[in-house]
Amino acid sequence: MLGLSLREVSAALKQGQVSPMELCQKCLSLIKETKFLNAYITVAEEKALKQAEESEKRYEKGQALGVLDGIPVAVKDNFSTAGIETTCASSMLKGYIPPYNATVVQKLLDQGAVLLGKTNLDEFAMGSGSTDGIFGPVRNPWSYSKQYREKRKQSHHRADEDSNWLITGGSSGGSAAAVSAFTCFAALGSDTGGSTRNPAALCGLVGLKPTYGLVSRYGLIPLVNSMDVPGILTRCVDDAAIVLGVLAGHDPKDSTTTQDPVGPFILPILRDVSKLCIGIPKEYNVPELSSEMQAFWSKAADLFASKGAKVVEVSLPHTSYSIVCYHVLCTAEVASNMARFDGLEYGHRCNVNVSTEAMYAATRREGFNDVVRGRILSGNFFLLRENYDDYFVKAQKVRRLIANDFVKVFNSGVDVLLTPTTLSDAVPYLEFIKEDNRTRSAQDDIFTQSVNMAGLPAVNVPMALSSQGLPVGLQLIGRAFSDQQLLTVAKWFEEQVQFPVIQLQELVDNCPTFSQHEKLGLVSLKR
Amino acid sequence: MAAPILRCARPGRCWSLDYRPRRSRALFAEPVPGRVRGQSSAAAQEPRPGAHEWAAVVGLEIHAQISSNSKLFSGSQVTFLAPPNSLVSFFDASLPGTLPVLNRRCVEAAVMTGLALNCTVNKKSLFDRKHYFYADLPAGYQITQQRLPIAVNGSLTYSLGVGAQWSPSATKTVRIKQIQLEQDSGKSLHDDTRSQTLIDLNRAGVGLMEVVMEPDMSCGNEAATAVRELQLILRALGTSQANMAEGQLRVDANVSVHHPGEPLGVRTEVKNLNSIRFLAKAIDYEIQRQIEELQNGGKILNETRAFDEKLGCTVSMRDKEGKQDYRFMPEPNLPPLILYDAESLPVAADPQQVVNIDWIRERLPELPSVTRGRLVEQYGILPEHSFVLLNEDGLLEFFQTVMKETRAEPKKVIGWILTIFLGYLKQRNLAVSESPLSPSSLAELLNLLDSKVISLPAAKQVFEELWQNQGKTPGQIIREKKLELLQNQEELEEICQAVLAKHPQQVMAVKNGNQKVVNKLIGIVRRATGGRADPGRIKQILEKQLQ
Repeated sequence: MLGLSLREVSAALKQGQVSPMELCQKCLSLIKETKFLNAYITVAEEKALKQAEESEKRYEKGQALGVLDGIPVAVKDNFSTAGIETTCASSMLKGYIPPYNATVVQKLLDQGAVLLGKTNLDEFAMGSGSTDGIFGPVRNPWSYSKQYREKRKQSHHRADEDSNWLITGGSSGGSAAAVSAFTCFAALGSDTGGSTRNPAALCGLVGLKPTYGLVSRYGLIPLVNSMDVPGILTRCVDDAAIVLGVLAGHDPKDSTTTQDPVGPFILPILRDVSKLCIGIPKEYNVPELSSEMQAFWSKAADLFASKGAKVVEVSLPHTSYSIVCYHVLCTAEVASNMARFDGLEYGHRCNVNVSTEAMYAATRREGFNDVVRGRILSGNFFLLRENYDDYFVKAQKVRRLIANDFVKVFNSGVDVLLTPTTLSDAVPYLEFIKEDNRTRSAQDDIFTQSVNMAGLPAVNVPMALSSQGLPVGLQLIGRAFSDQQLLTVAKWFEEQVQFPVIQLQELVDNCPTFSQHEKLGLVSLKR
Repeated sequence: MAAPILRCARPGRCWSLDYRPRRSRALFAEPVPGRVRGQSSAAAQEPRPGAHEWAAVVGLEIHAQISSNSKLFSGSQVTFLAPPNSLVSFFDASLPGTLPVLNRRCVEAAVMTGLALNCTVNKKSLFDRKHYFYADLPAGYQITQQRLPIAVNGSLTYSLGVGAQWSPSATKTVRIKQIQLEQDSGKSLHDDTRSQTLIDLNRAGVGLMEVVMEPDMSCGNEAATAVRELQLILRALGTSQANMAEGQLRVDANVSVHHPGEPLGVRTEVKNLNSIRFLAKAIDYEIQRQIEELQNGGKILNETRAFDEKLGCTVSMRDKEGKQDYRFMPEPNLPPLILYDAESLPVAADPQQVVNIDWIRERLPELPSVTRGRLVEQYGILPEHSFVLLNEDGLLEFFQTVMKETRAEPKKVIGWILTIFLGYLKQRNLAVSESPLSPSSLAELLNLLDSKVISLPAAKQVFEELWQNQGKTPGQIIREKKLELLQNQEELEEICQAVLAKHPQQVMAVKNGNQKVVNKLIGIVRRATGGRADPGRIKQILEKQLQ
C-alpha cells in the first residue's frame, strides 16, 4: 500500500480500500521503524492524525478536497509550518515555531494532504550530503536495500558493517530518504543549486526543480532568493506532475511568481519521440565524472536516438565558471539573508548581555555552524564597497552568460538537455566527510547548479542501478516554463528504463511487528 | 553673471560669514560652479577679495513618510500612536521566509511627488538592500533604492523673504537629485537605568520617500524655507502629512564651508532636526562652528552630528564603529519596478497591476506656487500675503471661508486676518485650527463693519469679545454691549446739544476761533454715545450747532 503511486493511493482511498487514518498510522509506524535513517527532524504525529481524521470524514461524506486528500506527505524543515517547529537544522532556529504556513505547505493542506512532519537537511540547506545539520546526517535507505547488500556480499564486504552506510545527498536528504523508505508518498525539498535533484539521484527518486517563478517561495526560509525553488520528491514522474499541479501558480505573497496562467500538468503519454531534439552538453563531460556514470549517460542518449529522437551535442561554454560564480552570488545572499538571525525576536539567543553588539556576535557564533558562518563571512567580503564590482557584479555578469548559454541552445532547436545529475552513485558517509562541505558542494552541484542560475526547470529521473546496486539518475533540463513538456519527456524516459523498486522487504513487511517493539529499527534491519 | 546679493533675505537670521570682528560684511556665496563675492561696500574695498571669505554649502536629505493606509511592503496598517508592536505583520517582524510585496499606493505617491518636483520619473527602478545591524531593523537590512531610484533630476523653487522684504528676486531653486522609496525602521527606546532597549516595530516597514536635495543652499534660512515649501507641496499632494513633530518629515543636513574658488570643504551631517526652526538654527550653528574650527587651525571631520535643542548646538554622535559599509545588494525578492505612460501602457494591462505616470500627472492637485498666484489674481492681494496664507497651516482655508461669507473687500479681510487674527494666535501660541473664533463669526463681524452697523473700534472690541466668549455671535455681542453705531440723526443731535449745553467754556473757545477744541467736543460726544457714533457725523452736527 505504501509503495503505491499518488493516483493509485488516491483511488484506493476513494474506493475505501484504505482509510486516511490507516494510511497515516502506517506511515507513522514506518517513520518510527526507520528512525535510524534520521529522515525526520519533527514528526507531527498528533496534527497528522487529526488531519487524517478530518480527511476520513470528508471521504465518508464523499467530499474529498482533491487528489491529495488523505495522502501523507513530508516537508523539508526549511519551510515555514504554522504551529510546527521549523529549525532549518540549525541551533539558531531550534524551538522556533512559525505562526504561518509557507504557501506550498498551505496548498498541500488545502488539498487535504496529511503533513507527517519536517525532514532533515544540511543546516540552512547549505550542503550536498544532508550531513551538516545539528540533528545529524541522514542515512540513505538504499544502504539497507537488498540490491545494495547483495552486491556488497558479492564483493566480500561485511554486509552488516554499520559504518558503511551511504549519504542521501542533499540538502533535501531527509525528504529523499522519507519518500524512498516509503514513509510518505511525496515530499517537498528545496533546490538552490541541486538540493532536490542531487538526493533524488542518490536515493532513486524523481526530483523536480520547477522553473523559477512557477512555484511560490513564500515561507521557504531562503538560501539564495534568486535561485531557490521549492522542489518535489516523488517515486515517479506522474506523482511529481500531480504535486506540481497543486503547487504551481501565482502567489500574491511572492512577487517573483509568474502572473501568467499555468498548467495543467497532466502528462500525456509520449509515443513518438522522433520530433524531439535532445541536447548533450559537451562541457558536462568532466574528468571527475565516473566512468560508470558516463556510460549510463551515453546509454540514455543512445536510447533516445534509437527511438528516433534527434540527439545532438551542444555547447554551454560558460559551464565551468558556474561553480565560482555561484559561490559569490550564493554567499552574498546568504550574508544578507542571515542578517535577521540576531537573537532578538526569535530563535537562539546567547547569555551575553554586555551590549547589543556583543549579544549579536555571541548569538550568531553559537547559532550557526562553521559552514553558515563561513558563507556569511565570504558573502560580506564580496559585498564590501571595494569588492562589489570585482566580485558581485562580475558574478552577475557571468550568471547572465550562463543563462544565455541555455537560451542559445534552446533557440537552436533543442527541446531538452540530457545530463548526469551527480558524478557518481551514493558514497559512504565516512568517505563523504573526508572533504569539507565547501569542496563537496562545489563538486556535487556541478551538473545541477547552472540550471538554478538560469532559472530553468530540471528533473532527475532514476535510470538504473550501478554496479554497486545503487541508484543512478540522469537530469533532464527544459526551457523556462516548459515544465509540463519536460515532465512528459521524463515520463517517457522513466517508462523506457524501468528503474527497479527499492527492496526494503525487511522494512515494509515487518512493519506491524516492529511497531510493537520500541527499539527495533537498526538492529532488526541489519540482521 | 547675475549678482546674487543676499542668499538670505533676512540677513539678521543668516550668518555673516566673515571671521574678522567688527567688520560687518555679509557674504553668501554660491556653491560650485562659480563663486560669488560679498556684496557690501566693505567687501569691495578688500585688497584680496575672497581670500578670507567663507562660503557655506548646505545639502539636505529629507525623509517623508508616505501617507498610506498600509506599509511599503506589507499589509500592516500605518497609524500614529498605536499601542507598541500592534501594527506588525510577519514580514515587518522579518520572520524567516516572508517576502516583500510592493504597495501600489506608495509607488503612486512617489510618482506624484516626483512630478510635482519636476523630476524625471524612471520607467524602471530597482530596489536594494542596505545592511546594518540595529535592534529596530529586524531584517538586518533596509530595502531602499540605491542604484536606480524612482525619480531623478528635479527642482524645487522657494521664495525667501516672506513679508516686508518679499521681492521676486528672492526666489531660489534647489535641484532635487533623486527621490527614492524605502522602508522606515522601527523605534528603539533606551532605558539606561535598567540598561535595556525596548523595540517598537509599528513603524518598521512604513513607506518613506527620501528626497535628496543638492547642496544648492547656503544657510539655515534657505534650507528651512526649502523644506517648508516641500512640506506644503507634500501636503497639497496628500503624499505625506509631513508633520515634523510626528516624525513624518525628517531632515538631515550636509554642511560644509570653504573659501570661494577653492574646493568644497569636508562636510558634516547634522541629524535630529525635528522642527523647521531648529533646522535653520542647527545649520547656522554648524556653519559658524566649522568656520571657527578652521580659523583656529582645526580640522573638520566627516562625521555625524546631532542638534541639541536645549544647548542650541550640534554635538558629535561619535559612531563607535566608524564609517559603515552598508554592503548594498540588489533586493532579489522584488522584480524591477516598471512604470508606464500613455504610450507604453500595454493594451491588455490590468489597471490594478500597472501605474500610469500620465494618468497621475493629469490628476496632480494644485501646487502651492499655483495657489499663491491664483490668490493674488483672484483677490487682488499682495504676493507676500499669499505666502503667509499658505505658510500658516489652515490659514488659507480660514481666509477662503471668510471670503465666501462676507461682503467685505478682500484687502480688508486679508488685513484683519494677517494682522489682527494672526496676531492674536501668535500671541497665544495657537494654531489656526485651535482658534476660538470661527471663520463664520469673523465674516459676520466684517459684514457688520462693512455695512456700518458698527465702527472700527467697536469691531475690534467685538473681536476681542468673540475671542473670550465662544458661542456668541457678533450680533449678540453687539446687542448686549450696545455697540451699534447711532444711526438716528435726531438722537445724535440731542446728545450733541446736551454736550454743548454742559460745556459753555469750550463753546466759547470755539466761537473765539479755537477750532482745536471742536475735536475735544467730538471726543466728549463719542464718550457720551459709548463709542457708537461715527466721528464724522458728530463733527458735522457740532459744526452746525455751533454756528
